[in-house]
Amino acid sequence: MFLSEAATGGPQFFYLAPWIVIFPAIGLLINLIFGSRFSEKVIGAIASTASGLAFGVAVLLGVSLVGHPEGEIVSLIDWITIGALQVRWAFQVDTLSVVMMLVVSGVGTLIHIYSIGYMHEDVRHNGDPGRYRRFFIYLNLFIAMMMILVGSNNYMMLFVGWEGVGLCSYLLIGFWYDKGKDGIGNALAAKKAFIVNRVGDFGFLLAAFTMFWAFRTFDFQEVFAKAPEVAAAAPGMILAITLFMLLGVTGKSAQLPLYVWLPDAMAGPTPVSALIHAATMVTAGVYLVARSAELYVLVPQAQMWVSLVGGITALFAATIAVAQFDIKKVLAYSTISQLGFMVAAVGMGAFAAGMFHLVTHAFFKALLFLSAGSVIQGVERGEHHVDHDAKLHKLLKGSGHHFDPQDMRNMGGLRSRMKTTFVVYLIGALALAGIVPLAGFWSKDEILAEASLLNPTVYWLLTIAAFFTAFYMGRQIIMVFFGKPRSAPAEYAQESPPVMTVPLMVLAALSVLGGALNLPGMHTFTGWLEHTLTFIHPGEFNLVVAGVSTGLALLAIILAWLLYSRRYQALQALPTAKRPDDPLRPILGPIFTLLENKYKVDEIYDALIVKPYAALSAFLADVIDWKFWHDWFHDKIIAGGFQLLTRVLSVQVDLGFIDAIGNALGKGTRAVAGRMSLLQSGYVRSYMLSVVVGLVLIVGFLLLR
Amino acid sequence: MLPATYYVGLSAILFIIGVVGVITRRNAIIIFMSIELMLNSANLAFVAFARVHEAMSGQVFVFFVLAVAAAEVAVGLALMVSIFHTKHSIDVDNISSLKG
Amino acid sequence: MTLELILFIILALVAVAAALGMVLSRNTVYSALFLILNFVTVAVFYLMLNAAFLAMAQITVYAGAIMVLFLFVIMLLGAERIPGEDKLPWQKPLAVFLGFVLLVETGYILISRSGILPPAPTAGEGFGSPEAIGMVLFNQYLLPFEVTSIVLLVAMIGAVILSRRVK
Repeated sequence: MFLSEAATGGPQFFYLAPWIVIFPAIGLLINLIFGSRFSEKVIGAIASTASGLAFGVAVLLGVSLVGHPEGEIVSLIDWITIGALQVRWAFQVDTLSVVMMLVVSGVGTLIHIYSIGYMHEDVRHNGDPGRYRRFFIYLNLFIAMMMILVGSNNYMMLFVGWEGVGLCSYLLIGFWYDKGKDGIGNALAAKKAFIVNRVGDFGFLLAAFTMFWAFRTFDFQEVFAKAPEVAAAAPGMILAITLFMLLGVTGKSAQLPLYVWLPDAMAGPTPVSALIHAATMVTAGVYLVARSAELYVLVPQAQMWVSLVGGITALFAATIAVAQFDIKKVLAYSTISQLGFMVAAVGMGAFAAGMFHLVTHAFFKALLFLSAGSVIQGVERGEHHVDHDAKLHKLLKGSGHHFDPQDMRNMGGLRSRMKTTFVVYLIGALALAGIVPLAGFWSKDEILAEASLLNPTVYWLLTIAAFFTAFYMGRQIIMVFFGKPRSAPAEYAQESPPVMTVPLMVLAALSVLGGALNLPGMHTFTGWLEHTLTFIHPGEFNLVVAGVSTGLALLAIILAWLLYSRRYQALQALPTAKRPDDPLRPILGPIFTLLENKYKVDEIYDALIVKPYAALSAFLADVIDWKFWHDWFHDKIIAGGFQLLTRVLSVQVDLGFIDAIGNALGKGTRAVAGRMSLLQSGYVRSYMLSVVVGLVLIVGFLLLR
Repeated sequence: MLPATYYVGLSAILFIIGVVGVITRRNAIIIFMSIELMLNSANLAFVAFARVHEAMSGQVFVFFVLAVAAAEVAVGLALMVSIFHTKHSIDVDNISSLKG
Repeated sequence: MTLELILFIILALVAVAAALGMVLSRNTVYSALFLILNFVTVAVFYLMLNAAFLAMAQITVYAGAIMVLFLFVIMLLGAERIPGEDKLPWQKPLAVFLGFVLLVETGYILISRSGILPPAPTAGEGFGSPEAIGMVLFNQYLLPFEVTSIVLLVAMIGAVILSRRVK
């Protein structure tokens, strides 16, 4: 878009780059220090303004890049200088990073605005309005950290952002840390996310260390400049770096085998799920691979692994999403699946396609999550209404079990009750399913077209995943919005306020129009990235591929319609006890249960890793540390030995020897003095005698001399 | 004149007798007199040497010794009277407060 | 053997005997009297050594004034004899032994080095006369002479204060 009117001149605002971090930092500091005196609206306005200003800066940077597509490195200060190693706080302003900045701050700002309305109700629903301010502080911190991540010009600074967003993720997943299962479920989810991410970070660190070993620097430019040379000398080194980095990517971007934290991360408030766990943070892995493109293209083996991991994850997660009932869990697995698409794309070398999908996915997945939040709160409002209506309350008393506003089985028929939400949700879902001409179609299709050329295995994996994607999104739309309400709260659900729906509409517009970024034949986005990723693959539109995927998507939607609209409605007639909660359950049988239980991956991890690990820890703590080190080594050997030594020292050495010397000296002196005191008889004559003895001796001495 | 050695020898004998007297006797007055004897023997040696060297200084020294001895006797006997008043004895062995 | 030598031997024997008597007498009064005898013999020696003035001074000051003072104190205190046993019986033989050793040593010195002393010249005119002593005393030793007077004064004051009965 920008490049179509590319000129050689144009304004330059590169020096503003640090402000993409500083603005959110200022926002969070204001809210942190003065926020306790502000009303909710002011807090939300400050945080949104901070994020919005960052977006403004990102836009200015983008405008500058039109005229100067080569970009610039904006150095802020030196950070670490040890010998030859020099790490700076410096911002890499180029077409790749600015895309990320625009997405993060743009989507971030919309979510900030949405959160003003959402959190207003959420903090009241959860009974602690004091946390409203904390939420926006965390959110601004996240924006700042994410900007450090995408804006850095070296791997160390990137790692700071990488860890920073991990921290924000942890804090926000555990935002309602005292809620969830048994009052600790959310805290456990946060802990799980953090620890699983640590495993990935471990990979990142190993990659960074290996990189320093091989390149003696962390700067992107220098590393990429030396990469061919190092690859020629030691290809294994680059392979090690890229594969270690892949481990980091699987952690942060929730790929197999480290994806398990993302579904649990839905414990966080819904805007968090939208911003961090769908649109931005989880795409950091994709960005990392794209950023390190020059390393990956040197080792096809690593590329193969990356795309394979992405492809398998895409299919794997898509199948799980089919059997989930929690509205957010479906979207979570969908996110994992879509991230798989992106990872597969950047893995096989289709960096532009991957980044394109990253952008469009940020639009429609944020839209879907926010809409889901709107739906959940709509249902909660319905529940509230029911609670306060005595007649209805009495009527419902028999149903007994705790009401879950996120369970799609409790929804249905919201189409007429939440019209705006329905429309934007439908747009998001269709975009995700890949229906022409919405954003998702173009980006997903580009990935599939590239895959069909570059890696057929992955192509098939992704195509099947695309089918499932369309199916579970159709299922979700139908279960939530169509048919009749399946619970009283759903019946009384209410639309959300404009502060929430307006951002939804903006995102919906972006989801519709996002595809225009990189229409086949024009390749605006590819051309844009070409300035950074020089060996980019110009993906060609493939009519067959597009036809197959669109056909499969339509097929899946029709299938979903048949199953969930027709059959599900028919099933509603059955008595509750006999009625299956999902029409697929009788058809698929145990397979559905397996999918519902997420392939029991958590249980397998629990049995294979967590339990042995806990057992090992218990063994180390109880037996090695306590029994061996503490009881035996420290108590018996060290303390016992020390006591023995001190006893020997005090009794034998000190009392028996040193004191004995002192006592003997004293006694000897007393004895000698006792004898000597006899000379001091007091008799003057004796004294005189001694004088005479001296006289005699002296005279004798003089004589005998 | 006789050789000075004779006088010096006599002086030595008298001196030694005085010394033995100081050591052996308990009576403070006799000890005192023994000291006078020793002074006297020294005076004799002084005079003998003065004669040998024809130096009047030797005789003048004896004169000074006489004066100092007179003073010493005056103070010493006063001390003895004072001691006798407190101890009722002039046995020096009774005056042994310095015993360690 | 000259007359002088005979006189010296006799006087020396008397002097030694008087000294021994002084030391050995049990009675203090006897000791004092022996000492006077000793002083008198020594005064005679002074005369033989051309120190007539000193001889007179010896008799008047020592034998006269000092010994009278001694006798006076002895009588005053009534301490002619000391009662009780000697607490240091071993001291007496030891003292005698030491005295003997000292005697041997001095004797050895005197005999082995008798030649050191020059032979006495003939006494000059007026040597040892009161005039000669006076000349030396009031010219050469004027300051010590005056200091001696102070010593005597101090001794007098001291004696008065010491013998004062403490109330």
